[in-house]
Amino acid sequence: MFLAEYQSKELLAQYGVSVPDGHQARSPEEAQRLCKEIKAPKYVVKAQIGAGGRGLAGGIRFAATPSAVAQEAGRLLGGVLVTDQTGPAGEVVDLILVEAAIDIAQSCFVAIALDPSSGGPMLLASGAGGVEFEQRARMDESIAQGCALPEDSAGARARIAEFLSGIGLTEAQDGALDAIFAARRAFMDNDMTLVEINPFARTRDGRWIAVDAKVAIDPNAGFRRPEFASMVAERPAPADELAAARHNINLVRLEGNIGVVANGAGLGLATNDMIVDAGGKPANFMDIRTTASSMDVARGIEILLGDGRVTAILLTIHGGGMTTADTVAEGVNFAYAKAARKLPVIAYMSGKHADWGHRILRDRKVPVESCDTITAAIGRVVALAGQGRTR
Amino acid sequence: MAIFVNSETRLIVQGMTGRSGTFYTDEAIRYGTTCLGGVRPGKGGSSHIGLPLFDTVAEAVAATQANASLVIVPATHAGPAMIEAIEAGIGVVVCVTERVPQHDMSRVKQALAGTDTVLIGPNSQGILTPGQCKIGVMPTVNALPGHIGIASRSASLTSEVLAQCSKAGLGQSTTVGIGGDTLHGVGFVECLKAFRDDPETEAVVLIGEIGGRGEEEAAAYLETVDYGKPVVALVVGRHAPRGRRMGHAGTLSVLGGGTAADKIARLRAAWVEIAAHADDVVAAVARATARTPDTAATR
Repeated sequence: MFLAEYQSKELLAQYGVSVPDGHQARSPEEAQRLCKEIKAPKYVVKAQIGAGGRGLAGGIRFAATPSAVAQEAGRLLGGVLVTDQTGPAGEVVDLILVEAAIDIAQSCFVAIALDPSSGGPMLLASGAGGVEFEQRARMDESIAQGCALPEDSAGARARIAEFLSGIGLTEAQDGALDAIFAARRAFMDNDMTLVEINPFARTRDGRWIAVDAKVAIDPNAGFRRPEFASMVAERPAPADELAAARHNINLVRLEGNIGVVANGAGLGLATNDMIVDAGGKPANFMDIRTTASSMDVARGIEILLGDGRVTAILLTIHGGGMTTADTVAEGVNFAYAKAARKLPVIAYMSGKHADWGHRILRDRKVPVESCDTITAAIGRVVALAGQGRTR
Repeated sequence: MAIFVNSETRLIVQGMTGRSGTFYTDEAIRYGTTCLGGVRPGKGGSSHIGLPLFDTVAEAVAATQANASLVIVPATHAGPAMIEAIEAGIGVVVCVTERVPQHDMSRVKQALAGTDTVLIGPNSQGILTPGQCKIGVMPTVNALPGHIGIASRSASLTSEVLAQCSKAGLGQSTTVGIGGDTLHGVGFVECLKAFRDDPETEAVVLIGEIGGRGEEEAAAYLETVDYGKPVVALVVGRHAPRGRRMGHAGTLSVLGGGTAADKIARLRAAWVEIAAHADDVVAAVARATARTPDTAATR
């Protein structure tokens, strides 16, 4: 779970990573007033949203004077920022960060994550960071080099220094090493899954500053990190995704009109792939987790029935473990029993208690059509959703 | 034969007294798995569903000569439970627990280094050798003993693909859920190596998804060997939005890469037959077998 930039920087700064002088603001007036407390010849105004890709989407603006800061803050606050990582609806900006603009001599990229092979922390770095780095990294993965990042020691510093020299980070290395090992301490102490500093910038006077920073914390470690709840509560997320999460369901909103229910992440991804291949558009990705009860499933269906964009519902269910096909069917039935809007349901059900599941849907008068294969079910729901759109 | 587990496997269950632990221990016994006891600190000396309970894994191993463990405990305790099983010298540790903290898995991976333990999971449906041994939470109604090896990041999709294979008469040697998390035990490469050495396995199906580097590593491995058996891959998430977590934590790539298109291209270049979608796996096995001489996966 990604923290906002200001939260990421606060955490890293506690461990000794230098960040630009700055303050958050919720209004243009506040932004202008805060400029007095920031010692800088020039300012930068940055939208605080959860998603990345802000720079290219206009969410980072430079300003020479406090009144220009107020103007830029006015343009950003209350607006919607659509980046290549937000989804088409974008995210509303209700908080900005006003910072001293940094005079950058060299822009690098550094990140810390756990290495899936060894399990230990690893450093990823590039001598050429900056706003377009993410785009370039997608085209060419070898752009960032990786190496194991052991605990701070003279030997570890020597090894990392050698690695940094190899990627073109040669100037003022001691300062860079201090920042990298400080970030490692923050990473290890706080159940982080990612620290990304980009740009990791060297100033003309040889200091290293985290001009932007993105920290991901591990929501699964929330039980031993009570502070995570308040950090995350400050961040925005769509209401229906939060409601789904309370009921053991993973939901991601998409753009289409076919409501999709699958019991399992892989089956959900496979279903959505096949819908798009068949010319349809899924309204969501939904993964009912293996421990979900029929009441959890009912909440998931209610979310789809309450979504005005959805014109038909597709069930792709493979009954197994504790959530058998009949448990899912009961959940659908609960939701339909009290729903005012009864959208057509196309069902593919297999696995444990599949026959029972089909029978429940049919007998309880859910407007259901059963299909023998996923392909057949998708063919039907795409045809049906197409009609729904033109009606 | 099969891989990792078979009729000789002797299982204990860590967390056997919980709701899920009780349910799946009972299911495993009904399936025919040799289940010898459970571990529940503080309950040593008593019994549960007819099996003895022990305070520690080491005590359970000493008393039962167990060589496999199912870890089915809450996420808060799963990391230490896996480490306890590894340190007790258990040969196959299967963790089905979801939402294990990444830093706990970091410690588990370090405990695993240099040992012979095979770790399956976490966040996995477990491992099934049809007709011989079930360790996990997967349904078995459609499982059929046979010659297809399956390694998968997705529980639900494994069950679906397995059902389609069985319907077409393609039984399975072993199905392994490598898990949906970023950090996990055995990966596609270890499964491919084991399936290659297993005379029962005549073709392998890999079920991958977006995120991570597992499929790329499988492709890199297959490029370096004359594998000798047909390999099929289904990679899902081709149309999933970037930068979002799609159910499994492992689907989120933090640093770009990991797209379905890249993975499919890499696997295809390594002579892997690509299943176009979830309903194409059986046909893909037939295509792969037809072009791989000296195999008879469909016999």
